[in-house]
Amino acid sequence: MFIQTLLTGLAIGGIYALMAVGYSLVFSILNFSNFAYGSIIMLGAYIGYYAMVKLGMPVGVSIIVSILGSATLCYLNERLAYSPLRKRRASSLFFMISAMGTSIFLENLVYATIGARFYSFPELFKTHNLAFGGISIGLLDVFAIAFSFCAIMSLNLFLQRSRTGIAIRAASYDIDVCMLNGVNITALIGLVFGFAGALAGISGMFLGMKYIVYPTMGWITAKAYIAAVIGGLGSLPGAVVGGVLLGVLETFVSAYVSSVVRDVFSFSLLVLLLMVMPTGLFGRFLEEKV
Amino acid sequence: MSQYFSGILSLGLIYVIATVGLAIFTGFTGLFSLGHAAFFAIGAYTAAILTYFYGVNFYLALLAAAAASGLVGLLIGYPTLKAKLRTDYFAIATLGFGEATRVLLENLPITQGARGLPGIANYTSLPVILAVAAVVIWIAWNFTHSRHGRAAIAIREDFVAAEMMGVNIFLGRLRSLIFSAACGGIAGGLFAHYFCFIQPSMFTSYMSTQFTAAVVAGGMGSISGPVMAALIFISVPEILRIANIWRLVAYGLLLVLIMIFRPQGLMGYREISFAFVKNFLGRLGKGGKA
Repeated sequence: MFIQTLLTGLAIGGIYALMAVGYSLVFSILNFSNFAYGSIIMLGAYIGYYAMVKLGMPVGVSIIVSILGSATLCYLNERLAYSPLRKRRASSLFFMISAMGTSIFLENLVYATIGARFYSFPELFKTHNLAFGGISIGLLDVFAIAFSFCAIMSLNLFLQRSRTGIAIRAASYDIDVCMLNGVNITALIGLVFGFAGALAGISGMFLGMKYIVYPTMGWITAKAYIAAVIGGLGSLPGAVVGGVLLGVLETFVSAYVSSVVRDVFSFSLLVLLLMVMPTGLFGRFLEEKV
Repeated sequence: MSQYFSGILSLGLIYVIATVGLAIFTGFTGLFSLGHAAFFAIGAYTAAILTYFYGVNFYLALLAAAAASGLVGLLIGYPTLKAKLRTDYFAIATLGFGEATRVLLENLPITQGARGLPGIANYTSLPVILAVAAVVIWIAWNFTHSRHGRAAIAIREDFVAAEMMGVNIFLGRLRSLIFSAACGGIAGGLFAHYFCFIQPSMFTSYMSTQFTAAVVAGGMGSISGPVMAALIFISVPEILRIANIWRLVAYGLLLVLIMIFRPQGLMGYREISFAFVKNFLGRLGKGGKA
């Protein structure tokens, strides 16, 4: 039972971690909470569903289509809704409102056009279980853990080793100095949003396969934001640790206490943590820039 | 027909009361709340339970609703605003708070869960709403023109400078949060006794969105702007009979467009006064040259 719960928690924690990394990546560069991220994840799931069910593409190809689609959407989101504000050097409150507006717009556009119907992916992995030593784990969960791990690792490698990665890390410290050193910030920010969108596509696909696809499924990113705050806003290792930790703790609460108090638990954890460790586990002390 | 219009006006004014609260908070301290509907819900349930189960006087119940919401505002605000962290922490905490409140309302025995509370006495009439709205606007007006209101504006504009001038940022923000939550609570109490039926699914992010949209469109830093915007947002779609879902699509788009093209909103920092109207008419007379 214990190990079983742990594994289930790791699977959901992996998806939380993916979302939290995508959110933290944008936060670390532009210093605002991209509340439109949930709707990009939702659209990623819809794109993946459409590719797989309506166009009959194989799973691997649908995942790639979903990744490319959400990366494009995330990029367009930045171009249309954030870059005019960035050029004006608006305060982060304006960015947050713009992000909120984008999220409300996209979510309800899906409601109004595609409708509130629930869609579910074909039963590819759901029924397959790996069993060993009395523990059984869904093949989809194994796949989700492995894929999340690989995606985060390759992103980390890119950020640590490549020239562009170094530029991204530099920009997260000081965007102006980075620009003075000849980095094309507009292209760089576009790339960061592209990466965040790609992660959104992966998490959207896995969420859609694990549960169902519907217009407000993006609200699960509330958990990713909480995970990012637990790990420390703007810190990528923090986002991973926060996501996995939140996923595992939540699963234990639903297994041993009650699934009803799960969301209340996550929120109370956030408030308690902010009282004890205001900057999260790995956070820098982030005050607003004037 | 007149009953129809008084119905729209009543609902509009209930929204105005909550919007004025949010205007004091988001507009004057620059903090962004994503779960303001939760304060509304807490007020609605507090007042309804008091009159429904305990037969408490309606006006006392309204005061209790304001007190309960204000107290919850204090509980949420204290840990999240204490450490002078970025306002993102607060926005994320309110996001979790909104969800947690709904889960609790759906599962507590006294709120009768998702079935809601039917048959609440109909105490709210248009004169009562008008009187409460007038009092709330009067208090808000005095607040913004008081020492505390000026401190709040200073915090929004430049909190480093404000702190150096001896303004207590934490207290300033907390004070306006509590006022804002109390306004939401009163509006909720009126709402419950106007519709005579409440259930948790009434207080979703849709409601929070309407408050936020009204404050942003009306002008952050103004009281009369958001009041006007709230009345327009409730009455125009109601009279034109636009489907609910397209309303939300339009709100989302409106938020992004306002942030891009007119971040100061309808009124900016100005208020409607006799001098303003005279000036405006004067400009119209000159062919709108100014």
